[in-house]
Amino acid sequence: MAFGPGLMLAVFFLVPFGIMLLVSVAEAVKGGAYNLVFDGSHYARFFTPFFGRVLAFSILIALLTACICITVGFPFTYALTRFGHRTQVVWLVFILAVLSLSEVIIGFSWSILLSRTAGISNLLVWLGLMSEPVAWYPGLVALLCGLTYLGLPYTVLILYPPLSRLDPELPEAARMLGASPLRSFFTVVVPAMRPAIVATVIMLFVFTLGAYLLPQVLGRPQHWTLSVLITDQAIFQSNLPFAAAMAIFLMVVSLALVVVTSRLNRRAMGSP
Amino acid sequence: MAELSLEGIGKRFGAITAVTDVTLDIPSGDLVCLLGPSGCGKTTLLRLIAGLDAPSEGRILLDGEDITAVPAHQRNFGMVFQSLALFPHLSVADNISYGLRVRGVAAAARRKRAEALLELVRLPGIADRHVAQLSGGQRQRVAIARALALEPKIFLLDEPMSALDAKLREAMQVELSQLQRRLGITTVVVTHDQREAMTMADTIVVIGANRVQQVGAPLDIYRRPRNSFVADFIGSINLLPGVVSGPAEATVGDTQLRVLEVGDGVGEGDRALIAVRPEDVHLLSTDERRDNTLSGTVSYVRDLGSQVETHVDCGGETVVSVSAPKDRPAVAVADAVRVELPMAACRALAP
Repeated sequence: MAFGPGLMLAVFFLVPFGIMLLVSVAEAVKGGAYNLVFDGSHYARFFTPFFGRVLAFSILIALLTACICITVGFPFTYALTRFGHRTQVVWLVFILAVLSLSEVIIGFSWSILLSRTAGISNLLVWLGLMSEPVAWYPGLVALLCGLTYLGLPYTVLILYPPLSRLDPELPEAARMLGASPLRSFFTVVVPAMRPAIVATVIMLFVFTLGAYLLPQVLGRPQHWTLSVLITDQAIFQSNLPFAAAMAIFLMVVSLALVVVTSRLNRRAMGSP
Repeated sequence: MAELSLEGIGKRFGAITAVTDVTLDIPSGDLVCLLGPSGCGKTTLLRLIAGLDAPSEGRILLDGEDITAVPAHQRNFGMVFQSLALFPHLSVADNISYGLRVRGVAAAARRKRAEALLELVRLPGIADRHVAQLSGGQRQRVAIARALALEPKIFLLDEPMSALDAKLREAMQVELSQLQRRLGITTVVVTHDQREAMTMADTIVVIGANRVQQVGAPLDIYRRPRNSFVADFIGSINLLPGVVSGPAEATVGDTQLRVLEVGDGVGEGDRALIAVRPEDVHLLSTDERRDNTLSGTVSYVRDLGSQVETHVDCGGETVVSVSAPKDRPAVAVADAVRVELPMAACRALAP
C-alpha cells in the first residue's frame, strides 16, 4: 500500500511522459509513423520568429483570460459566500451545470451570440443603442469571451472553499478602523486571500494554455495558440514527433512560469 | 469622553427577534458588561452599537447626538472581535496602525504610535513580528492595541477572553480593567462569564431571552437580583418554590418564612421562588430554635478545601449551604439538621 501512490504516478504519468519524450526526439516518417532515433531538429524549429510569436500570444491570452476570470470571479464568489445557504446552493449547482457543457457547444454558442446576423448587436440595434449590427466574431473579443466563459466556473469553484472559510470579522474589523466597505475589501479581503488568488490564477493560466478548440472556433488564424498547432501537427499533419516536442516545450515553459510565480508569492508573503 | 444612550433598541432577523426593547444609558468613562447566556442577543446588541448591523427600531445616541444612521467606519468606535480578527497579511505594527493608514497618517508617525501602543499593552519589541507567530495572549493584546490606536470614543469588546486559558483570562481581566480605568474610555464588554463581569464592570447589564433583565452595579445585582433568571445566572443560589403569603412573608411547604422583599411582578397568593445564596444559609442542630428555619436531612457533603458545601434535603427540595473551612459544620450524610435562611438574605422572586 505504501508505494501505491508512487506506482499510480509512474503508470499514469511518468510512463506516458517518457513515451512522449522518446517520440519528441524521433524521426518523422511519411504516413504518421516515426523511427525511434535521436533527432533534435524538432526542438530547433522553435527558435524561429513564427514560433516566438505563437508562444508569446499563447502565454498572453492565457494570462489575460486568467486575469479577467479572477477580476470577475473573485468579487462574485465573495458576494456568493455572503448570501443565504439556499441561494449559495442554487448558484453552485448552476455553475456545476455549466461545467458539463462541452467546449464545442460553448464555442458555437458564442459564435452565434457575437455574429452579425443573429448576435446580440441586433438586440442593441433594436434598443436603439447601435445604428447597425456588427460582427464581433471571429476575433480576439470573441476568443476572450469564450475562454472566460470556460474558465469562470473553475474560478468560482476553486475560490469558494477559502472564501467561505474567511473570517467575516476581518472586513468588519477594517470597517471599525475607519475603512469603507470597498476599501476594506481591497485592503483586507483581497490581501488575506492572496495565496488562494495566486493559486487560482496559475490554475486558470495552465487550463487556458491547453485550450485548442476555442481559438479555432472563435479566433482568426493569427489567434491560434500553441495548443492548436500541436493538435494540427499531431492529427492533420501526422507529425507526431514534432507535436510531442511542442507539447513538452509548452509544458516546460508553463512549469517555469508557475514556479517563478509561486516563488515570488512566497517571498511577498514573508512567512513559511 | 463620551456618553452612550440606547433608546428602545430592537433587532429582528426576518421572523426572529434577536433583541428587543433595550433602553440603556452608559455614563462617560464607565465599563459596562453585557452579560447573558449564549444566544440571548448580547452580541447583536454590541454589533448594533458598533454600527455593523442596523437596528430594526430605536435610536442610538452619542453625547446626545443621534448616530443610528452613521455607518460603522464613520463612528470612530474601537472594537475587539471574538475571533480577534487580526489581519493575517500584515505585521503586528501594520495591524495596529491600519486605522492610521486609512486616515493617511505618515509612515514614521504610524510606526511611533504602534510602538507606543505596544508599550501600553506591555508587549514592547514585537512590532515586526508576523501575526501567525504570536501566542494567544499576545494576539489578544495586539487586538486591544489596534482597537485603541485611533483613540476611539467608545471601546467595544466581544467575548475578548474566550480564546485564552483560565489562568491567563483572569490576569487579562484585571489588566484590561486597569487599562480602561487609566484611559477613562467608555467601554462595553460582551461576556457570558459572570466572574469576568464581576471583575471588570462598573455596571452589569444582564440580558436573557432577548431583553434586558436587570441593570446595576455588580454587587447590587448579586445581592438584589430582580428575578429568578438573574438570581440563577449570577453566582449560585437556592431557589425554593413557595407561595407569597404576606407583604414580607412566604410559605415553603408548610413553613412560614419571613423575606426581606418580594420581587417585581409577584403579589400575595402568587407562586414564587424563595432565593437565598448558599453562603447565607446556616446549618443548625435540630434542638436549636430560631426563626426562618427548615428541617431536613444532610444528603451530601463536599469539601473543596477553600470551602465546604453541604446539601440538605428539606422535604424534596435541596438547600445548599456553603461555609468556610473553619466553620465546617460537624455533620455527616443522613444527619437530621435545621437550615436557617436568614430573613435579610431571602427574596421572593417571580418564577
